[in-house]
Amino acid sequence: VNVWAEVLWLALGAGVVLYALTGGPDLGAGVWNLLASGPRKAAQREALQHALAPIWEANHVWLIFVIVVMFSAFPRAFAVISIALHVPIALALLGIVLRGAAFAFHAYGIHTDRTRRRWSRVFSASSIATPVLLGNVAAALGTGDIRVAGGQVTTGFLAGWTTPFAWLVGAFTLALFATLAAVYLCAEAEDPALRDDFRTRALAAEIVTGVMAWTVVWRSSVEAPELYATLMRSTWSWSAQAATAGLALTTIQLLWVRRPRLARYACALQAALVVTGWGLAMDHHFVLPDVSVMDAVTYAPALPAFAITFGIAALVLVPAFGYLLRVFKLEKHRH
Amino acid sequence: MIDALLAARLQMAVSLGFHILFAVAGMAMPCLMVLAEWRHQQTGDPVYRELSHRWAKGTAILFAVGAISGTVLSFELGLLWPRFMEFAGPLIGMPFSLEGLAFFLEAIALGVYLYGWDRVSPRAHLLSGIVVAVSGAASGVLVIAVNSFMNTPRGFTLGSQGEIVSADLWEAFFTPAFPTQASHMLISAYVSVGFAVLGIHAARLRRAPGNPFHAAAVRLVLPLLLIATPLQIVSGDFSAKHLAEYQPAKLAAAESLWETTRGAPLLVGGIPVDGGRDVILGLHIPKGLSLLAHADPDAEVTGLADIPEDQRPPVLIVHLAFQLMVGCGFAMLGLVGYGLWLRWRKHTLEDHRGFLTAAACAGPLGLIAVEAGWVVTEVGRQPWIIFGVMRVRDAVTPMPGLHVSFWASVAVYLFLGSVVALLLYRHVVSVPLGAGTAQASQGGGVEP
Repeated sequence: VNVWAEVLWLALGAGVVLYALTGGPDLGAGVWNLLASGPRKAAQREALQHALAPIWEANHVWLIFVIVVMFSAFPRAFAVISIALHVPIALALLGIVLRGAAFAFHAYGIHTDRTRRRWSRVFSASSIATPVLLGNVAAALGTGDIRVAGGQVTTGFLAGWTTPFAWLVGAFTLALFATLAAVYLCAEAEDPALRDDFRTRALAAEIVTGVMAWTVVWRSSVEAPELYATLMRSTWSWSAQAATAGLALTTIQLLWVRRPRLARYACALQAALVVTGWGLAMDHHFVLPDVSVMDAVTYAPALPAFAITFGIAALVLVPAFGYLLRVFKLEKHRH
Repeated sequence: MIDALLAARLQMAVSLGFHILFAVAGMAMPCLMVLAEWRHQQTGDPVYRELSHRWAKGTAILFAVGAISGTVLSFELGLLWPRFMEFAGPLIGMPFSLEGLAFFLEAIALGVYLYGWDRVSPRAHLLSGIVVAVSGAASGVLVIAVNSFMNTPRGFTLGSQGEIVSADLWEAFFTPAFPTQASHMLISAYVSVGFAVLGIHAARLRRAPGNPFHAAAVRLVLPLLLIATPLQIVSGDFSAKHLAEYQPAKLAAAESLWETTRGAPLLVGGIPVDGGRDVILGLHIPKGLSLLAHADPDAEVTGLADIPEDQRPPVLIVHLAFQLMVGCGFAMLGLVGYGLWLRWRKHTLEDHRGFLTAAACAGPLGLIAVEAGWVVTEVGRQPWIIFGVMRVRDAVTPMPGLHVSFWASVAVYLFLGSVVALLLYRHVVSVPLGAGTAQASQGGGVEP
């Protein structure tokens, strides 16, 4: 076992978790942009635009971090995944482009109602499509449908991501991100009526997410047997699943008693555990069963240098990112 | 119908050609907006405050689109060139990681700058702007380190299967092409964006003489161009000498030199025919190329005839792009000289119609030169993706139907590009003609 490879695998996992917690709700906000309704329809849309504006680019960088760690330290995995899942990745990319553009153009907008509405629709559609496709990609890595021999993908360009199970995981990803978005928006809303709107949405989304989570685990027993086997045989897995369920209930409880800012932390922790649980179930593999962490390394002596570089980067980034969140997300309530 | 390799190359070309415009803006615009804010803090003149707001808004739009197109590129490296990334990932991982860090800092600092006018102290605000400018420049330089590696790969030895058996990451980071390429790219960002900004505001000043907003913009950007433009010509000279030593095929293609020649002439203009064996309509300056490439009028310059046929870059494209880049560079230098001469004759540039007309016309030259220069370095490296190590055709993905994603990317970029142009026009350019600052100050940011 190469310790540095493990360290970088963990760093990669941390990047995915952070992207899910920051970039995820930015995507999930598209659901609430689409479903904005009632007397405060316009206010809901404005609140989520306002919440995204200062941070969405920084949030987005976690995705780039994941990509860079992957091709630096695990280039074979990067190549294999880029080839086997070319189509869903390219489509997710199109979604990321369109939603970023739609957001920017909406924010710095051309202020006629018609163009605003049109950008708003593009924003919703691409924000919803992107997490479904990302979930799709994540699912495909674990089902065992993608096979690799001698560094070459042998199963073509449709394996893994076109199955009903992959779409189910995509839908679950969307539900999870939408829940995060609703909880964050509820915590940030300053107007009580608006806060109640997002509270209702958050509660509904949390319940949908819970049901879907169980469906995913149940279906994975058939569709992703190896992943499911790891989930069932490890002791960590049971405690992680129990903790996830507990946090989901805590989130609901906190929303119920109108403590949205605490609910925000519970829900974030819940999402982090979901992603972590998936990462652990992948059992040190990028693609089950053929590409393990060590298979993906092409030049192991470079790994310590990357681990140290990312460590130093984290020392700079975490305080800077914390400052950004403090200025725009936490200090707001002190006014 | 185009073949898969050509489709992948064209998609990469379109993506990079689009992104590079926003990348140079992300490097140079923050510098301008910080300069304007600093002038405001120094002088208290509200026109500079307005200017920094407007420029910040322009930066925000350009940065957002640049962040998106940059993300696309980081994915496209894998989607289009998986074998290249599989091989070179560890060798270019270091500069890419640091680039990611710089980009992250830029995004964070820009968030604070754009939305923090009333949330942080003026000093912290200016400081966040400086962080944006510095990290923007750094991320550009770090990406160039990767491109330099592709041009002059160093720092690894290969085993019998073509795998890396030993590597020196720092040597792969700071390759021979790095100093010249990084400085040439960095300065080009300030020159090209500076000229674009000058062109826009000069054009508005022509229509609204004396408008204080546009006049202030012109006054701020001129000193930057006065320094950066001549520096860029010098840096270009260093680049030519670097190419002569390390990438002779690229230089031979750029100058369409067929036979290896002592005392080689410099070709100005002209159209290479028959794969560079002949040139029509060109002007030859005796011994010019030897002088440019080796600082010695009788030095020997390698011609294309001495490069194996399957390793020659496409001469026509590289030569025309090179001529275009150099031509734009000297035209811009000419405008700077014209401005200096007018100043020496005691003219005020922002009131001088002739200068404003010339400046307005010169607006796009820098960006054209950036695109052309990038074509020179990328097409000039063909058929290699890593010079001498891996060919482009061995790096491409086996994915079928790449022409679909090529045409899709063309459509998306055309669409994005036109919307950006429209937005910039609305937000940065179209200050009510002849209006003062009061009316315009609802422009950007939140008033404290």
